[in-house]
Amino acid sequence: MRIRAQIGKVLNLDKCIGCHTCSVTCKNVWTSREGMEYAWFNNVETKPGVGYPKEWENQERWKGGWKRLDDGTIQPRIGGRWRVLANIFANPDMPAIDDYYEPFDFDYAHLQKAGDSKTMPTARPRSLLTGKRMEKIEWGPNWEEILGTEFKHRSKDYNFEGVQKEIYGQFENTFMMYLPRLCEHCLNPTCVASCPSGAIYKREEDGIVLIDQDKCRGWRMCVSGCPYKKIYYNWKSGKSEKCTFCYPRIEVGQPTVCSETCVGRIRYLGVMLYDADRIEEAASTPNEQDLYEAQMDVFLNPHDPEIEAEARRQGIPDDWLEAAKNSPVYKMAMEWKVAFPLHPEYRTLPMVWYAPPLSPIQSAAESGRIGYNGAIPDVDQLRIPVRYLANMLTAGEEEPITHALERMLAMRAFMRGRNVDGVEDTEVLERVGLDVHTVEEMFRYMAIADYEDRFVIPTNKREYAHSMYDGQTERGGCGFSFGSGCNAGGGEDADVFGGKPNNKRQFFSVRVEKMGN
Amino acid sequence: METYINQLIFGVGPYLAGTIFLLGSFLRYERGQYTWRAMSSQTLSNPPAFRWASIAFHVGILLLFFGHLFGLLTPTVVYTSLGMTPGAKQIMAMVAGGLFGLLCFAGLSYLVYRRLFNARVRANSSPMDTFIICLIYLQLITGLCTLFVSMDHLDGAVMLELAHWAQGIVTFQAGAWQYIVDVHWIYKTHIFLGLLMFTAFPFSRLVHIWSWPVEYVARRYQIVRPQ
Repeated sequence: MRIRAQIGKVLNLDKCIGCHTCSVTCKNVWTSREGMEYAWFNNVETKPGVGYPKEWENQERWKGGWKRLDDGTIQPRIGGRWRVLANIFANPDMPAIDDYYEPFDFDYAHLQKAGDSKTMPTARPRSLLTGKRMEKIEWGPNWEEILGTEFKHRSKDYNFEGVQKEIYGQFENTFMMYLPRLCEHCLNPTCVASCPSGAIYKREEDGIVLIDQDKCRGWRMCVSGCPYKKIYYNWKSGKSEKCTFCYPRIEVGQPTVCSETCVGRIRYLGVMLYDADRIEEAASTPNEQDLYEAQMDVFLNPHDPEIEAEARRQGIPDDWLEAAKNSPVYKMAMEWKVAFPLHPEYRTLPMVWYAPPLSPIQSAAESGRIGYNGAIPDVDQLRIPVRYLANMLTAGEEEPITHALERMLAMRAFMRGRNVDGVEDTEVLERVGLDVHTVEEMFRYMAIADYEDRFVIPTNKREYAHSMYDGQTERGGCGFSFGSGCNAGGGEDADVFGGKPNNKRQFFSVRVEKMGN
Repeated sequence: METYINQLIFGVGPYLAGTIFLLGSFLRYERGQYTWRAMSSQTLSNPPAFRWASIAFHVGILLLFFGHLFGLLTPTVVYTSLGMTPGAKQIMAMVAGGLFGLLCFAGLSYLVYRRLFNARVRANSSPMDTFIICLIYLQLITGLCTLFVSMDHLDGAVMLELAHWAQGIVTFQAGAWQYIVDVHWIYKTHIFLGLLMFTAFPFSRLVHIWSWPVEYVARRYQIVRPQ
């Protein structure tokens, strides 16, 4: 048994209001540079929809994730090692920038500088790729927001698999949910496996998957390998970039920017202990629908004294073990079983999990014909089809999703009974296998969601780090730069080796043409 | 004067170019790792034609490179002792070089067109990007032109002169430049452009050629690193 720890994450979709605060704060911190305007390390999609980039869940098209071979082993869906190298001159499975969107900005300066005219001046869009005027913006990072675009386009959503989707195109039957997405910091990442340069790695101490910007050569295989399409090629620097899980914040015990700023308090961060020796076996599980269970088997129980002793022996710091016991992620995923991995069938063993959203009862219920399962409504009566959620979170296996939704409904019914009607309806809890103490804890974590309960992050242990990259050595340093310390590539000007300056915008400020009167 | 220029370009030139090529590559690798990349523009414009053009160009130019490497540096005795006459070898070199050259030319023509006339690629090309692709194109064209000149003398004599020059250069023989004083100017142009390419190499995106990721075939899929 090789015990490792990772800061895992849960997003409680039941409370996501789709405000994009996570996306915007993330962008402001990490991707507001030329070459990365199109990249959103965190984005929020309205589902059903094809998403960003278009049809990212369609692995027939993009070939992300792993596939299991007949001999029981797994290899990246883009192909084995020789196949990857054979495609190095032109990647056939890579979404190009138009599959995301052509980045644009607006001529805001024109609003101030426009001459006297009879009509209001407008700020028209310009492409950030060419600097030229864009007459019409055809697609954007969130084009399908709140069911934008036609159903026939949105219904290409992969999660409709096995669902009679036509009726959901009708206004009366339509449904939607928000899906905030970021890098999953997988236990078995395909991006790492498909990088020919070996530039991508998983950090041993906290499980964060990072790209070594110095080692990246820009072969772009990781973009194809990642089934979540959460690696972005920076066309300005020629390197791939990805979500860093805000590791500088995590290291000092602070939540990631997206988690910190989430106004809905839907994000949870906590330590998960896992057995690294079991990863490959779990990822190779024959039946896709068993992958969710298989991944749970990889996780270790931090309350087990034997696990604790062994983890301590293997060098996991005490405060990490303590944090693992209080981990909200462990509680939601393992104890209450209300959180699930996103698309476990990709065999990447993702570490950002999701609590499924409840949804309004179908109109049938309102007219008194609702199917009640005791005090809580039948999960089948929810507006979002269970199969749709199951396709997203459990490779189509509906039972665990139903179980989780029932538990969340029971929690609501019980707490409502207690606080509004003044009755302790323990019967509703027994039906879903909960007791009063557990449901009180669930309520505390999922409904109240205090800061200290959501984020249980032990600080980084510098004394265990191999290189002392601490305050002393950083004094007089450059802070975060573009990979070459204080000089080449990140400086004011292009270096002698032909690098383009990364801190200057090529377009904007644009020259504003004088309008003829 | 002409002698002096010949000696400068074909005697001293290779050493200047070679030094800048090797030392420059080393220094850039040491000092500017962040700038060491292939600098693909596939994401900006990715029609199927681009894919085939890129493959044709890369495969073609790699074959041409190794063709030159072995063709020029294999000592004459090696193939004569195998029963191949210089004339036969010249025919072989012309056929192989011609085919690989045409393959490369087809691909590169599209890539040059794309770099110069595709608005997105154009806007995001550094001056060096444009320079190096045009240089390679010109080099390829002069290389293909030598085929027509070579057809006038199929005895392999000129080929041997060129090979002696190349072998003389890499073995540090002072008078090597004299071997090619009298060859047709098209060969000389081709060599001169080649030296220019080696000189520009460390300052351009060509450095990615050093980084052919062979170690990938042998490594484990997952990489875990301590901080």
